[in-house]
Formats: sequence, C-alpha cells, structure tokens
Amino acid sequence: MLPRLEARPEPSNAMRYASPLLAVALTLAGGLAIFAALGKNPLEGFRVFFLGPLKDVYGVSELFLKATPLMLIAVGLSVGFRANVWNIGAEGQYILGAIAGGGVALYWEGSQSLLLLPMMVVAGAIGGALWAAIPALLKTRFNANEILVSLMLVYIAQLIVSWLVHGPWKDPAGFNFPQTKMFSDSALLPMLIEGTRLNAAFVLALGALLAGYVFMNRSFMGFQMQVAGQAEAAARYAGFSAARTIWTGLLAGGAMAGIAGMGEVAGPMGQITEHVANNYGFAAIIVAFVGRLNPIGIFFASLLMALLYLGGEQAQQYLSLPSSISKVFQGMLLFFLLGADVFVNYRLRWSGGKK
Amino acid sequence: MTEQQPPATRAPGGTPRLELRGIRKVYPAVVANDGVDLAVAPGEIHAVLGENGAGKSTLMKIIYGVTRQTDGEILWEGQPITPENPAHARTLGIGMVFQHFSLFETLTVVENVALALPGAPDLGYLARRIEKVSEKYGLPVDARRLVHALSVGERQRVEIIRCLLQNPRLLIMDEPTSVLTPQAVRKLFETLRSLSGEGCSILYISHKLDEIQELCHTATVLRGGKVTGTCIPAQETPKSMARMMIGRDLPVPQHGAPLAGGEVRLRLAGLSHGSDDPFGTDLKDIHLDVHSGEIVGIAGVSGNGQQELLYAISGEAPLAEKFPVQILATEAGRMRPGRRRRLGMGFVPEERLGRGAVPRMTLAENALLTAHRHNLLQKGLIDFAAVDAFAFECIHKYDVKCGGAKAEAKSLSGGNLQKFIMGREILQQPKLLIVAQPTWGVDVGAAAFIRQALIDLRTSGTAILVISEELDELFEICDRIAVIAKGRLSPARRIADTNVEEIGVWMSGMWPGAEDSGEVRHAAEA
Amino acid sequence: MDDSILTSILVATIIAGTPLIIAALGELVTEKAGVLNLGAEGIMAVGAIAGFAMAHQSGSATLGAIAGMAAGAVMALVFGILTLTLLANQVASGLALSIFGVGLAAFMGKPYESATLPVVPPLRIPVLADIPVIGPALFNQQALVYLSWALFAGIVWFLFRSRRGLVLRAVGESPASAHSIGYPVIRIRYLATMFGGAMGGLGGAFLSVFYTPLWVEGMVAGRGWIALALVVFATWRPVRVLVGAYLFGGVMISQLFVQGSGAQIEIPSQFLSSLPYLATIIVLVVISRNVNTIRLNSPASLGQPYRPDA
Repeated sequence: MLPRLEARPEPSNAMRYASPLLAVALTLAGGLAIFAALGKNPLEGFRVFFLGPLKDVYGVSELFLKATPLMLIAVGLSVGFRANVWNIGAEGQYILGAIAGGGVALYWEGSQSLLLLPMMVVAGAIGGALWAAIPALLKTRFNANEILVSLMLVYIAQLIVSWLVHGPWKDPAGFNFPQTKMFSDSALLPMLIEGTRLNAAFVLALGALLAGYVFMNRSFMGFQMQVAGQAEAAARYAGFSAARTIWTGLLAGGAMAGIAGMGEVAGPMGQITEHVANNYGFAAIIVAFVGRLNPIGIFFASLLMALLYLGGEQAQQYLSLPSSISKVFQGMLLFFLLGADVFVNYRLRWSGGKK
Repeated sequence: MTEQQPPATRAPGGTPRLELRGIRKVYPAVVANDGVDLAVAPGEIHAVLGENGAGKSTLMKIIYGVTRQTDGEILWEGQPITPENPAHARTLGIGMVFQHFSLFETLTVVENVALALPGAPDLGYLARRIEKVSEKYGLPVDARRLVHALSVGERQRVEIIRCLLQNPRLLIMDEPTSVLTPQAVRKLFETLRSLSGEGCSILYISHKLDEIQELCHTATVLRGGKVTGTCIPAQETPKSMARMMIGRDLPVPQHGAPLAGGEVRLRLAGLSHGSDDPFGTDLKDIHLDVHSGEIVGIAGVSGNGQQELLYAISGEAPLAEKFPVQILATEAGRMRPGRRRRLGMGFVPEERLGRGAVPRMTLAENALLTAHRHNLLQKGLIDFAAVDAFAFECIHKYDVKCGGAKAEAKSLSGGNLQKFIMGREILQQPKLLIVAQPTWGVDVGAAAFIRQALIDLRTSGTAILVISEELDELFEICDRIAVIAKGRLSPARRIADTNVEEIGVWMSGMWPGAEDSGEVRHAAEA
Repeated sequence: MDDSILTSILVATIIAGTPLIIAALGELVTEKAGVLNLGAEGIMAVGAIAGFAMAHQSGSATLGAIAGMAAGAVMALVFGILTLTLLANQVASGLALSIFGVGLAAFMGKPYESATLPVVPPLRIPVLADIPVIGPALFNQQALVYLSWALFAGIVWFLFRSRRGLVLRAVGESPASAHSIGYPVIRIRYLATMFGGAMGGLGGAFLSVFYTPLWVEGMVAGRGWIALALVVFATWRPVRVLVGAYLFGGVMISQLFVQGSGAQIEIPSQFLSSLPYLATIIVLVVISRNVNTIRLNSPASLGQPYRPDA
C-alpha cells in the first residue's frame, strides 16, 4: 500500500516554515549515518562537526565571519530567483569583485585615505555587477540561457584570477607563490570585535538583508519581479518589463557577490590568491533556497551553512576526514529541502480508493 | 430545423450498453460526482447536460479510465468493469473525443493515430485505413500532414477518426461543438447519427440546449455533481431543460439601446501583423471602430487570429508602427500595456489563471497587477491599506464568493475569479474595455452577472470590444458584430440586421467583399 | 603543417569530443522526454570517481566504465524521484544535483588523489588504421570512441525509427495527451532520465579511466555544462550533437594547434583554457538569437512538471 501525493486545496503555511527545519533535521540524521558509514562514532562525529566550531567566542565569531559573504550573495541572488532569473554564476561575480576591489587596493597601495575602503566596496560591487551584466545582456538581447552563460563565466573568472596572480599581479617578493602583495592596513576592513577576525563586512551584510527585505516585500519593483517569477504571462499582461526584471535580478546578485568578494580579500585573506572563491558562490545558492528566498531565512541559513563549512574543518583536524565532507552535507541539505518543500503543496495520502 | 428521431429502442432483454450506479468522486476540495446513475442503450445518443462545474468531465474521465471513482460501479453490457486506464477502456470498446484535443503538434496525422493504437502498425497501411474511414463518415482529412498545420475543425476530425479506427461501441464526445462553425456542427451531427444507426452508443456532453434538442434521444441533467433529472429532449423546451440544469429560470439580460453618436475610442486602421507563434495566424489589414457607449463583438472559431488581435490591441505584442492601433485618438501601436492603460484601456484576457491573475497570489496582490496606478503606490512602495481596500470593494461590488481579500486566486471558482478580474478592470473606470471569452467556463449565474455588468458599463458610456466563440452570447449583449476568419476581419453589422446563420457563414471567411484568401501560412515543418 | 601533427590533432580532437558526445546524447534522450536535468556536471563527476575507484580496486577498466554508468544512473534516479514523483522544481533540483555531485566526488576522491591507473591502449582496427592521416584518427582509438559512434546510431534509430522512440517524443511533446491516450508518462520519463544519467556517468568515467587515468578534484571542469549547452546548440538533433562535440573537442585541445602551427607566440595557458567556455557562450548566443529556433525544436513540455491526476 504505497502512499500517494495529493494536492492540497491551499498551500500549508505550517509546512512553509517547517520544511527548512525538517530538511535540517534530515541532514543531521543523514550526517549521523555518514559518520557511522565511515567508521566513526556517530555521536562523536556529531559533536565534533556541529558543536566543535561553537565552543568559544572565537569560534562563534568565525561562524559569523564565514556567514557574512553567504548572506550578502544569497540576498542578492534571491532577488533574481524570485523572478525566475537564475544567476548561477555568483562564484564568478564574487571573483571579479575581489579582483576589482583588490585592484583598487593594489593600485593605491600606501594611500592612507579614508576613501580607500569605500572605493574598494564600490569597485567590488561594480566588478561583480559587470560580470553579471554579461548574462543579462545576452539574455535580453539574444535569449541566451542565463544559467549556462553565467556558469561559463565562472570558469573564465577563475582563469582570469589565476592568470593575474601567476603573472601581472604576482608579488615580486612573494617567493614565486601565486598571490598578490598583502594589502596595506588602510585597505583592510576594520575589525568589529578585538581578538577575532569578524570585520565590518558583517555590517554591510546586515544592511543588505534589510535593503533586500524592503525591496522584495514593500516595493512595487519587487512585486513586479515576483509576478514575473510566478506567472510570466501575467507579467506581460500587466505590462511589467521583462528586460528590467532580468537586469535587476542579475545585477543585484552580481553586485552583492562582488562586495562579498571584496570583503574576503580585504578581510581575512588580506590579498588575492587563486583560491579566493572557496565555493561561496555555489553555497550561497543553497543558502538562498534553504532561507526560502527571504532575508530572515537567509540570515539563519547562512549561519547554518557556515557551521557546515567550519564543521568540515573540525572533522579534518579531529576525525581525519577530508574537509570536503562539508560539501556533502551542503548538497544533502539542499536535496532534503527540495524534498520537504513538496509537502507545502501536497500531502501524503495512504492509498485506499474506495471507502 | 430539428430532426425528430424516434426514441431509441433497447435491445431485447433490456441490457443497457453502459450503466453507472451511484458513482461518487471526491477530490480534496470538492465532491465532483455525488451518486450519479446513468444508463445508455445500444445505438442511443445520450446527452449529459449541465453547466460548467457540474461534474460532466469528471464523470467521463471515470468512464474512460483516466481516473478512478471513489465509490459506485460501472456496468458494461451487464458486466461490472473497472477501466484501469484509457488503453484498457479502448479495448473494452469505449472511445473518447476530448474537448481539448490530445494530439501531438509536431507529428503527422498518421503518427498521431498510430500512437493511440496498440502494437506497432505499419504507417502506410494505417494511412490507407484512415482515408477509408474518413471517406465513409464524411470527415475529410489528409493523413500525411503535420497536425500543427491543421485547422481546429480538422484536428477534431483526426480525434474522431482515431477513435473510430478501434470500432468503439460507445463514443464519448466532450463539448465537441465549441470549436465548430454552425455549418460544421450540422456535418458532425450527420456523422454521429450515422454511427448511432450502426449501433454505436454516443454520450454527448454539452451545455448547449438547442443542439441537444436537435441531436439527442435522451438526456441526463447534472447539477453540482448530482443528477437532477432525465428527460427526452424532443419533448422538452429549452426553458424546462434550463430549469433542470440550473434550478431556476435562465436570467435574461436587460439590454437597452446603444448610445448614439459616441466618439471613437478604439480604431484599428489597417492592422497587419505577423504572428509571433510559428503555428499562429497572421493578421491582415484589419479595420474596426469601437465607439463609446456601444458593445462590438467579434465572433469566430478559435485559431483564426483572435490571440494575435488581442495581443496587438493590449500591447503585449507591440507593433512595428504606432498608427494601426489608436486608443482614444492616440496612436498606440508601439506602446506597451502600461501606457495603453494610462490612456484609459482595460483588458480582461481569456486566460484567467496565469495571465489575468497570478494563481498563488492573493486577491489583494492581484488587484495590484493592473490597478497600481489607482492610488495604490506611494513613491514606488506599496500602500497595503489602499490595496486591501480596493480588493474589498471589488469583491463586494462584483459578488465574488471567496475567502476574502487574502484568498489565493486559484482557490476561486472560474466564475468568481472572472467576476473579480472584470471588477478590477471596471473599477479603474476604463474608457475602453477589451474582453476575451467573458463567460467561458463560468457557471450560468456568474455568466448572467458578467453580461449584465458589461451592458451596464456600455450604457454608462464605455466602449467595449468583446471577442467570443459563443455566438449566443454575442447576440445577447452586442450592438454590432463582426467575424474574424484566417486573420481577416469582416465588416461590422448591427445586431438587428443579421442572424446566427449569416454570421455562421461569415465564420468560414465568406462575407461579401472578402477576397479569396489563400491558405494561412504556417511555419514549415520542423 | 606536418602530416603527423595533423593526425595527432585529429586523434586528440576525437578523443576530447567523446565524453561530450556520450553525455550530451544521454541528456538529449532525457530532454526529448520533456525532462530537463541540469545535474549533468554532478553526474559526470560522480561517474568519474566511481569509475576510477572501481578500476583501481578491480584492475579492470571495463568494470570502471560500468561502475561509472551505474553511479550516474543512481544519481539520475534521485533526481527523478525529486522531480517526477515529488514534483520539485526541475531547475532547482538539477542545480542541487550538480552541486552535490561535484562535492560528493571531491569527498570520495580524496583517498585517490595520488593514485594512478595503467594507461589503456587504443583498440586498433587493422587495415583501416593504415589509411594516411585520418586512419589513425578514426580507427586507432579507444573502444569507447567506437562505442560512442554506435551509441549515436542506436539513439537515432531509437528516436526516429522505433515505436518506443515515437512514444517518448510524444511524451516530451505533450505528457497530458500521452497520458490520456494511456501511456505511462512518469515511467517513460524515469527511464529516459536514468538513461541520461548512465550516459553522463559513462562520460565521466571515460575522463578518469581512459582519457587521463588519474583523479583530480574538479577534473570534469565544466564538461557537463558544456554538454547541456551542446544539446541546445544542436537543436535536439543527434547529428548536430556529434558535429558540435567534435568542434568543442577541437577547441579544448587548442594548445596542440598552437604548437602545431609552429608559431612562437606567448599565449598564456589560461587564455587557451578559457576557449571552450567562451565558445560555449558564443554558440548559445548564436542559436538562441531567433526565438523560434528554440521554440520549434525543443520538446514542448521541457522542464515543466507533470501532475498525473489533474
């Protein structure tokens, strides 16, 4: 007697809030199973992975530090995702933001101006936005699928930064390592808490969340984008410009990703290297979904995702597991969320046709 | 000209070919069928009559195996059966011609028919069989053409032939005449009578009382999922059948006279436009004036350019030039919908969910869709109180039965959603209102309300253009009427000066002064 | 240009195009049934690691290829459950599959990062391989290259000459109509999806077991996405997939061109490596410019979920 899926007359509000929690619970359960399968004590694994990172103030500050770029990127992406504009290339836009922001820092190295950091932020935003403008242009002018174009640009962006740090921007005093010079102090983001690495980018992220909330829930442009995402024909009927939706959706994600990239090189990294991106662009996609494309949800989902990153590092140190186990958890979380989301609009019915 | 048929006689022993006993079908939100009994004799043409939402389509889906009943039994020639799926139903001898055809556009007629037949038939042999059946029953069709190149009437013939090739003993026809001209309807009836004479039973689903009177031996009337009566149509009047169908007398709209001497609010001046859809119809040199205080109707079978015409007028398909579409004396051909609305245009499209309203948004949010200029915004931000008030007013003035302004659009019945959409447009006090298929899929009560609302709006001075496939409706509410066929528009006639038969002829493209238009060019095969 | 250089360019082009052909043809079948599986990159990655691991453990390259296929099919099954039974959004689910697959492969591949496999020698067809210039390119290749040609022929026959293929195309065109005629739409879509996954897995295994017999994180390097673009560029026609795959193969080995031409230009390796991605963008633009090209050729129901009991 297999259960069937039956459409609900109305989507369930309870499930809308419960499904991310259900997904998290399932991921935790899945995690226990994975630890067991790898020959580790599941509870030990759970403790090291999920609780280990939070054991002291420094750990918690690292959590917020890692969550910051995720919040920034995810809120930008969610603007587009709501409108069915699929910006999958945030990773590349992040890199271009790092290049642009870092480029400003390197060009004006030694400058003590207070304007340097704001200029870097702006440069980062512009860099990311320009990289996102390419798929926007190609989609509005030529109908080219934005998923594939923005993705191809990720690979190209990785190659660009690789060329830069191996070539023109390589630190001459860097022992031939592929990295730029370290940025001067005036080009680094100020710290928020002494003794931690948590910096002002976190404030920027909170600001972005707020701006995102106002835009999506209260502005007419945000409404237009929601309509475009839910019913394309209705958006056309209402006269909402499809081109404006596409540009807004892609540029929002690009600019935010660019700022996040700049925040990383002007923050914990202090320079540009080949590994500037660390998969944040893709992790942010997961954050956007798990956070239900909603700034408040994104805030919490970013923290969760950051925990998964840090957990991987702890697992490497204390459990001798590769740190890429984080990616397994992250992917699992997204899968479970997509599965749990089904129950917002459908419910399980145990088969029994006749009374 | 009605043909009187003697009531069908039952086979000796009186076993009906098909019998339904106590059929119930329960969905999460509604009971679609509630204890339905039905019996069809061999060779009988049996009507299932009811308005939209009465449960007719669900019942047919159960008989054809598309879905399973919650309760009740089906007897086929005396034996209980459970159709597992359509293929099974076909092997039992049940065939069905759907209202919305189940054809594959990019495949040929032969391939489409082959898909419905078991086994791997030889396509050449099949083509010959198709031609034989098509000749025998007067259903001309070219077996080798791609379906997307066929007209709607031809597609229906393919559907029928596909059924006939399996020698059905029961043929279900679901609202077959909504896509046919009056003349094509006569031809279809001849085919059906021929089949009935050979012993094939026919279940004829419709809400069109005059057709049922003309064609059917018996009728079962459904209302709200229950059977409210059975009758012999030849012995009834449309009024008595209507009373069984809706439980009261059909409301008659108060028409009144059109206002004389109104200004031209919409002018189509030589509108020609290639369709964006490769399978669509190009518009050719359309001329029309719609004045304030009048309702002009455009009749025509779907697929003759109505979609393209509506897109051109609403602005969803901007033209190359601004001059062919003039709204309130402004050349609007290149304007997008927002600007046209600012000139005073309102538009009720034929698709409600997905175009006229966003299904998962609330009624309040849907009000914002087109009424945003109506003081609902403050510097780009939404004034939620104003939006709610607007939606509230719309719901009350237009008798929209729903769960309030926070109800999702998709939770409304077709009729109520249409009333809301219409109300939303009318509350913006348009000077020109375009309406497409105003009462399609709408229950009779709401349909009467909507038609009266349009008439009242006209009387208050608005210019109204109605595009509809229901001739009766157009004759009921319009002051002038024109016909669209193959992308061309006939001259508009005063309603009083014409009748259904003449318009029926015009629907084939043959109005006085029409040049011999060649075949509509469709995209070359992929 | 030296004959032997031309030959080696042709050989390399065909080899480079082969994983693209296999993965893209698989995705083509899936899409013809109306299912858009954007998880190709993840599937190829998992196929690559599964193939490598199996080949390493068992010593048999063939078993590696089979393991790759199996892994790909399982990944596609997960995708199928999400999108065909649970009716989740196909785009989001495909992206999830890609992200997860790449991550899973990275994780599973850690122990194998310094492992090597023996190089599998090509399968030489006598006589034909001696034809000058093109002989070695066409007839002295890996067995999987020949298999890819057989796959191409098989798929063409299946889709356009067999009844089952006709039914599959009908499902992709209009699942509602196919259902009302009585075809098991969901089951057909599951089979098409799993076939696509198996092919993606096979393409990935080709990379890690035959092409460069080692495992590196990220070795799929976007080929899955390129395969997806290839299906669009080919307007869902197998012949064009074949041609396009070899064109891309050629772009991917562009460094050989540079060497072969004898020119002494300093081109940064990163620029050459970026050419396949640039080429993908360009072909997408070219094919998408005319809205009707896609509309007329893509399966009408592509990407839309199908609800059985409407």
